[in-house]
Amino acid sequence: MLWEVDIYPAEGCADRAAEAVVAAAKCLGLRGGLAVATCYGYLLEGELDEQQAREAASDLLADSIVERTVVRPANDPRLTAGPNGAGGSLLHVLPRPGVMDPVAQSAASALADLGLPIRAVRTFRKYWIAGADQSALQLLASKALSNDAVDQAVWGPLAITRLDVGTACEFRRVDVPLRSLADDELVTLSRSGQLYLTLAEMRAIQAHFRQLGRDPSDVELETIAQTWSEHCSHKTLKGSIRYRDEQGERQFNNLLKETVFTATQAVRRQLGPDDWCVSVFEDNAGIVRFDDRFDLVFKVETHNHPSALEPYGGANTGLGGVIRDALGTGLGAKPVCNTDIFCFAEPNIDARLLPPGVLHPGRIIAGVVAGVRDYGNRMGIPTVNGAVYFDRRYLANPLVFCGTVGLLPVDRRQKHVEAGDLIVALGGRTGRDGIHGATFSSAELTHESEGLSGGAVQIGNAIEEKKVLDVVLAARDRGLFRAITDCGAGGFSSAVGEMGAELGAEVELERIPLKYEGLSYAEMWISEAQERMVLAVPADCWPEFQTLAASEGVAATALGKFVPTGRLTLRYRGVLVGDLTMEFLHDGRPPIVREATYQPPAAPPLELRPKHTLDFNDELLAILASPNVASKEWIIRQYDHEVQGGSVVKPLVGAHNDGPSDAAVVRPVLGSQRALVVACGMNPCYGDFDTYHMATSAIDEAVRNCVAVGADPRRIAILDNFCWGNTDRAETLGSLVRAALACRDLAPVLGTPFISGKDSLNNEFNYVDAEGQSKTISIPPSLLISALGQIDDASRAVTMDLKRPGDLLYQVGPTCAELGGSHLARSGAATGGQVPTVNAERAKAIFAALHAAIAGGLVRACHDLSEGGLAAAAAEMALAGNLGARLFLAQAPHELAIDDAAVAEHRDAVSATGDANLPAVAFVADATAYLLFAESNSRFLCEVEPDQSAAFEAASAAVPHALVGEVTDSGCLEIIGLPIVVPGIEPGDSATVRAPKVIDVNVADLKRAWQSPAGKG
Amino acid sequence: MAQPRVLVLRAPGTNCDEETAHAFTLAGARPERVHVNRLLDASLRMADYQILCLPGGFSYGDDIAAGRILGTQLKHHLADALAEFKAAGKLILGICNGFQILMRSGLLLEDEPPHGPPATLTWNDSRHFEARWVRLASVPSKSVFFAGIDSLELPVAHAEGRFVVRDSSVLARLEQQGRIVLRYQASSDPAEATARSSFKTSIERTSGATASSSSSAAASCSLLGKPAVAPLPGLETASCDDALLPHVAYPDNPNGSHADIAGICDATGRVCGLMPHPERYVDRLQHPQWSRGGGQQPGAGLAVFQNAVRYFS
Repeated sequence: MLWEVDIYPAEGCADRAAEAVVAAAKCLGLRGGLAVATCYGYLLEGELDEQQAREAASDLLADSIVERTVVRPANDPRLTAGPNGAGGSLLHVLPRPGVMDPVAQSAASALADLGLPIRAVRTFRKYWIAGADQSALQLLASKALSNDAVDQAVWGPLAITRLDVGTACEFRRVDVPLRSLADDELVTLSRSGQLYLTLAEMRAIQAHFRQLGRDPSDVELETIAQTWSEHCSHKTLKGSIRYRDEQGERQFNNLLKETVFTATQAVRRQLGPDDWCVSVFEDNAGIVRFDDRFDLVFKVETHNHPSALEPYGGANTGLGGVIRDALGTGLGAKPVCNTDIFCFAEPNIDARLLPPGVLHPGRIIAGVVAGVRDYGNRMGIPTVNGAVYFDRRYLANPLVFCGTVGLLPVDRRQKHVEAGDLIVALGGRTGRDGIHGATFSSAELTHESEGLSGGAVQIGNAIEEKKVLDVVLAARDRGLFRAITDCGAGGFSSAVGEMGAELGAEVELERIPLKYEGLSYAEMWISEAQERMVLAVPADCWPEFQTLAASEGVAATALGKFVPTGRLTLRYRGVLVGDLTMEFLHDGRPPIVREATYQPPAAPPLELRPKHTLDFNDELLAILASPNVASKEWIIRQYDHEVQGGSVVKPLVGAHNDGPSDAAVVRPVLGSQRALVVACGMNPCYGDFDTYHMATSAIDEAVRNCVAVGADPRRIAILDNFCWGNTDRAETLGSLVRAALACRDLAPVLGTPFISGKDSLNNEFNYVDAEGQSKTISIPPSLLISALGQIDDASRAVTMDLKRPGDLLYQVGPTCAELGGSHLARSGAATGGQVPTVNAERAKAIFAALHAAIAGGLVRACHDLSEGGLAAAAAEMALAGNLGARLFLAQAPHELAIDDAAVAEHRDAVSATGDANLPAVAFVADATAYLLFAESNSRFLCEVEPDQSAAFEAASAAVPHALVGEVTDSGCLEIIGLPIVVPGIEPGDSATVRAPKVIDVNVADLKRAWQSPAGKG
Repeated sequence: MAQPRVLVLRAPGTNCDEETAHAFTLAGARPERVHVNRLLDASLRMADYQILCLPGGFSYGDDIAAGRILGTQLKHHLADALAEFKAAGKLILGICNGFQILMRSGLLLEDEPPHGPPATLTWNDSRHFEARWVRLASVPSKSVFFAGIDSLELPVAHAEGRFVVRDSSVLARLEQQGRIVLRYQASSDPAEATARSSFKTSIERTSGATASSSSSAAASCSLLGKPAVAPLPGLETASCDDALLPHVAYPDNPNGSHADIAGICDATGRVCGLMPHPERYVDRLQHPQWSRGGGQQPGAGLAVFQNAVRYFS
């Protein structure tokens, strides 16, 4: 029997879901006059009588105070009538069969727990829409109410008679006749089979099997494709690259090894016996020492292509994946905080102008934010740090970076596999979801991707992963396994293939627990179904491990064992379906040889938009309200940043808990004062000028954010995440090589080792526009640097909000003539100019000096100078502290070039005024704009108590710094500009020198601008 | 009895159990984190403990509704053990998800047949999860846990924390019986109130009232924010009387709870549920204003756990 339970808002309660549909329709440009009613509900299958179905609704499914229910046999014609006489077209939206539906799963087991004879449950939502024509209805259904990748939309009666999905799959071994194929056929097979391998790779596989005298089975070919995918093997960045730039040509045999790894090795050599790196670029995450009892692990991943197609599920499973990376590091690290960085197109784009197959950025933003929220909050891992960057070029290919820091006991670092260990799958069941995720993410998106690779898109089930986490940590502490890794891209094929790489593995595929019938053995093997881990469990620990998992309600299954054969052997019901040597699988891929060129773009000089006022108030307000800079409070507050009780410096700080913190400070061990610091740095718009300086700026920003809250610069580890366009193009790859060279150069000087990283290439979108032209949108070169710092004593941490009127303000680090790519330029007030660079040795000295001052308790507030320069930093400190500030630009430390001849000429004019003491900087063209808005690196603004000023100046003696102002109770941010000569008004009047206010804005107005909803999805 | 034993109950998705146990330890109790399956398979006896604490988290994913499944489980499988526990004069505390579970379990509020429970916790007015610190007035009540506490600041972090009563008579009865424990309080700083309400306005602006393309996009997305059937119930009870309306504006009342209620207790004062997280403020550095000289050592939340321990001394 199939029952339908419809749940409506109770009488007198507004139908908020209906209101949201009306708003969505407006957004799609549909005309008004829509009347909408909604409900949600459950389909219950089982031997329930009507009384039992009603009981299910009242005892479990609905809330009798705020909801009312209708229970009827499914397909009862009365179910199609809208509530309270509402009419119109009826639309049902259901998760597609096989798509993860945690609510349906939970409802089924909870109803069974109540003793009801339930077999299966599905959830749905119903909409009655009146006042829209057919095309409007279709648009609304496909663009707002459902996503074809995961949802089923049914107009009119539901007409579902049974809920079970899948029918038994008839087994037969499938061989792929590869040996006989010609080159063009190999290329076709690679594409149509979603293998996404190159011709050279297909030929290598063909040669291998010709040598063996047989054709590969489908599962062998799939295993190779997964293992050799860009996503799993990073073959481009680990491959050979011939690189040419303005300095000539050089050859890399392994780009990552010769840049990022080299930098880390240099740092570790310098540290010698004090080396605090534990494991770098080896395990699923980098590992560094924290204290005597614990190490920290850190990994940041991307989940870009899935988030483009299904933002909620993509972000959801992206976060789930990186959490499993931490859990799969060493013998299992406990996740203690998350960081999330998103890159989107600005949401103010007309929905009708979107290329085909592209979701509206507003929808992507809301979906991604919700996806991260629902997974992170449910896992009980605080999201403590993040950033959002906007650029039109992320329209079809948003970037979603998710990172997790984990806490690993020092005696649980080492993992190894021994012959005879059982291969144990722990966690979720395997379904047809996520097939070809690894190979799909390695290809570029097209407008057809939505249909072609729908299987690659998944929804997560955070609670399954939380249960797995609980079991893994308990089993770790009891010593019940020897090695662990997560089941991510490539599914079991990658996880088992990797774990058994040194030894060999035998797997009985029919043992894989399935969500439903109907999967072929190859699908079981490569499915990327979520929330699964693979462990090597010694046979004598297996009974205890099984008992533990069962006691927490988690499925643990022995799929096979590790064997010293050097082979990966796959059987299905006793029939051999795969037999590959580990050697061919892991070392048989022909090296990729790529060309890379870099041509520095033309560098036009800075040009400021002509101004009619002396002040820059409007420019500052525009920057504060711009989407990159504006408050992200609407996102931050949706994330639990305090669960686990470790939060010390929260993402929002200040008098009203609403100022932007530079970094998060977390005490991961309850009762201990030792803290970790998480921050990030990124600036995609600098890449348009020079990806070298973009990369060094990102590193500097990530590190200085950590230092600003009190982290010790000698203990900051960093991660790289390269997201680029299609690196088959020599110039695209060249811009990446250049960024990697910057990493190699700067990290050793700062003493900040890279401990892990990840790349995501082919972030572009191909489509055919209305005129039939082929178009490509490539993302800008995007390097995210994430930093993990440490503080001995959390009570020494510093926040960025101004604390007390009368305190002094110091700028540390000089301002340079660097407005290229700045937010002043982005706001339209300037073009061209020099992009910020990093003076490595000086940056190191500044970080050391500032840290000494902070550790000595000399700094009451500190904020890094970044987007929007000094003016924006001062504004943010003021609005966070709800205090005013007065700054004097003439005092600011700078390195603006002084043209002596010009100065001399002006001096003559000035001396006529009787005031010869004007600073030379007053005569530098555009100096005011530079000092206010340049985004030069390695700079901070610090609040210092007057009686600590001598000590602060002594601590900063070795680096450029200056007293630039004070904290006031005026309620205004006032910045006094450079002196100018004002000619006399009447003939004969002598000229005078004035220093006009270049910024004079109420702090309340600054806050209003900064809290404007710009960039909100 | 110097050191009461505390059963910190966990279930799939519970995630505040460690810091809650830590708070009990700091208060001088002996906490143990116990999976609900140990009670269901009777391998462990509730009777061996003096305090039962249901900590925060997302038990069973908050699937169907927050606390719904675990609350129903307690009611159907552990009703006798719980009734015995309560009758023995012991203490039960539900924090956040624990409060949501208690509301469904019948331990906190007696069911009123044929209507069912007299009150519920449902979706925040904002319709999504929110984490922020709130000011709370501890109402003179029967609650053991809040004895001697006048007011305190604590963080809230929930999506379904809006306390809604069936009608105003329920509220009157709760008030009369001294069962309202905590109310959200207006921020005392008028500047803060203004600043916050201006933020609220900006949120309202974008959530659909006026239609810029980005704002309505947000609305469209919120439909797809959660692919399952998370209810988006509209809860503006048109017919409800003034007594039920919040007196404290968002975000000081972070969810739109009737009469600003943040926590209640049973008729004995020994069973208590609250949405805010006292275990997240047992140390000064957890307070958002500590770097401005705010907060206290130990954090104000610790007193809740100390009261529980003191009850047994």
